[in-house]
Amino acid sequence: MQKTVLSGNEAFARAAYEAGVTVASAYPGTPSTEILENIIQYDRIDASWAPNEKVALEVGIGASIGGARTIVTMKHVGVNVAADPLFTFSYTGVRGGLVLVVADDPEMHSSQDEQDSRQYARFAKVPMFEPADSQEALDFTRLAFDVSEQFDTPVLVRSTTRISHSKSIVELGEPLAELPETGLVRDPGKFVMLPSNARVRHPLVEKRLEEMSEWACSQGFNRIEKGDGQLGIITSGVAYQYAREVFPTADILKLGLVYPLPKQMIRDFAARYKTLYVIEELDPFIEEQVRAMGILVTGKDKVPICGELTPGRVREAFSVNPQTLEPVEETLPPRPPNMCPGCPHRNVFHALNRLKAYVTGDIGCYTLGFMPPLSAMDTCICMGASIGNATGLSKVLNEEERKKVVAVIGDSTFLHTGINGLMDMVYNKSTATVLILDNSTTGMTGRQDNPSTGYTLDGETAYQVDLEAICKALGVKHVVTIDPFQVDNTRAVIREAMERPEVSVVITRRPCVLVKHDVVKTSTPLFVDQDKCVACKACLSIGCPAIEWVSGKDGEKGHCRIDRLICNGCQVCMQLCKFDAFGVCDD
Amino acid sequence: MTDNKITNILMAGVGGQGTLLASEILSEVLMQAGYDVKKAEVHGMAQRGGSVVSHVRFGEKVYSPIIPEGEADVLFGFELLETYRYLPQVKKTGAVVVNNLRIAPPSVALGKAEYPQDIDRKLKQRVDKVRIVEGLQLAEQAGNSKAINTVLLGALSNTLEPSHEQWIAAIKSLVPERFQDVNLKAFELGRQVG
Repeated sequence: MQKTVLSGNEAFARAAYEAGVTVASAYPGTPSTEILENIIQYDRIDASWAPNEKVALEVGIGASIGGARTIVTMKHVGVNVAADPLFTFSYTGVRGGLVLVVADDPEMHSSQDEQDSRQYARFAKVPMFEPADSQEALDFTRLAFDVSEQFDTPVLVRSTTRISHSKSIVELGEPLAELPETGLVRDPGKFVMLPSNARVRHPLVEKRLEEMSEWACSQGFNRIEKGDGQLGIITSGVAYQYAREVFPTADILKLGLVYPLPKQMIRDFAARYKTLYVIEELDPFIEEQVRAMGILVTGKDKVPICGELTPGRVREAFSVNPQTLEPVEETLPPRPPNMCPGCPHRNVFHALNRLKAYVTGDIGCYTLGFMPPLSAMDTCICMGASIGNATGLSKVLNEEERKKVVAVIGDSTFLHTGINGLMDMVYNKSTATVLILDNSTTGMTGRQDNPSTGYTLDGETAYQVDLEAICKALGVKHVVTIDPFQVDNTRAVIREAMERPEVSVVITRRPCVLVKHDVVKTSTPLFVDQDKCVACKACLSIGCPAIEWVSGKDGEKGHCRIDRLICNGCQVCMQLCKFDAFGVCDD
Repeated sequence: MTDNKITNILMAGVGGQGTLLASEILSEVLMQAGYDVKKAEVHGMAQRGGSVVSHVRFGEKVYSPIIPEGEADVLFGFELLETYRYLPQVKKTGAVVVNNLRIAPPSVALGKAEYPQDIDRKLKQRVDKVRIVEGLQLAEQAGNSKAINTVLLGALSNTLEPSHEQWIAAIKSLVPERFQDVNLKAFELGRQVG
């Protein structure tokens, strides 16, 4: 069969295709996003972006009840949103196999927490596979559909950043030629979770887990790799790779199914070694269960719980050839992420900074409004939280302080879980201000479409949700839409909204400079006339990567300079200059 | 297992510089040359103009997708400061291939910090083999300033085992046909640097 280099996410997509999946649903979230972006290359799969993870899973459950094999994907925190249907679907079980791929982000490369999704497997009583490379991402996920149908359960597949975004060589499989039969089948005893039916299902769930634990002892995905017999290691996922790297001669029990654990297999393995390690990333998930079986192991007393593992961190934990790196001899200026040149969010945060607003923030590129010099974000909790946070905060402030509270949320995040917060804000008579930063895309995850962009995942045109109409329907009387590139107007409109003794919404509308459709025509780059620049640095206050301060030599004054290769000509800096020092380049 | 020699290439740059195509071509050429290959990088927030790295590892059998700390054989840099930042990750006996380009990080652009001076000299103090490539200039000479990636790959190719033919084949398989001539020319110009 054909060999190719695939990322974990490409392999998950391929697995869905090979397994005969015909429905896929997801909300984008790093590091899971590329699974659905890759699935659209397979014509027989109906793949779509849902407005949030709960809806994505509910769509998947519906398709499963109709008999289709279905894949649903999300990042770790997405499962918090989708937890409600997940827990009940564990009771009902499936008709067509359903696999939920959840991608964790140890080290929080692009996340607000590093929760360990394996806990959801135990909590929801659902089996979970954990691949250690792209080949296993393909093999385990494909197998997970058979397991889902065999044991009548949804199946979780856990990825992490280093699985999803690493590439390795994969041998492709033959796709299923025949797709499962779909259609209406009534089975209310199974799918209507009234208490009387749920009481019947729960014991089946417990029995299922027991059966699976026994079954998993004889399956190839849980395997023992023989070494020199001196040391035993239990591990799974990418941690297996680090264990193999650091302990090349150890005996390793590599778990492919991390829940339920193959208890007898673990007992037999553990009995052979005086020294037994559990090497796992994040929580002591395997370790605690192994200890509960009465087996002594070394694990999180040495291996860190926080952050991702690396070969070096595993070496250090067990004092195996730890390396001390020789640092460079000076402190280097950091290079944190930044909004792009021409980003429509930049001036909004400049205005909020100048208005001394207390900003309850949200999840998206605009969370970068926290960074200096914009420094205009005071809270960021989770998707959609900004609006509820503003309501609650306003309840406990005096009149003057209350006016300072502004919730900031992007278009995609507003549709994800912001609408309910706004409904509450109006219903319960808050007076806070909400800014909806509408850049016509889901930016941070790499520009995915959403119900307000007018396009679907596969690029077809779709109904474009009317944000103004939604706000008005929720009861907001004061809804104003502005162009965030207009510096004075932006500040004036937000100031006026903050003063109002009622809920007001300001929609700042301007497409992301990277947006895929309706290609944004970037304007001609600007230049700074050095004779006019008085070195006041007003333009530097927006933190645009295209503007650079050039120090003066030999006591001369410095000046600002624009990198015309990256300037998108938004002219926000030009409006901030009181000395007319900015000009538009000739071409 | 002790003779399983793995070669580690650490790529460093600034989000948005497009290191991705270069690491894709690199992985492809190494797979075609018969090696086991792994490559790791991060997407999302880190990519918004921030410091980014890709790990590429190859050999008979590769386990960890990320390079063990301090064990990079080659540091392949698209920007000077980012290359300097990851210098402690390279073996003393390793090599550095770096694009002679300076992109100011925010604190430097705001006039609050200095861009480190003499990075080329500091690289040479620590690592035996340092190759500084005029990426932009050579890409323009090849006919397209965007072909910096392939110029740098050309310079890198001298330090690695795959043959000239294998590199050409990988570029032809991954670069769209209408850009192939420019990229092949850029690759050759880069390869001549070393």
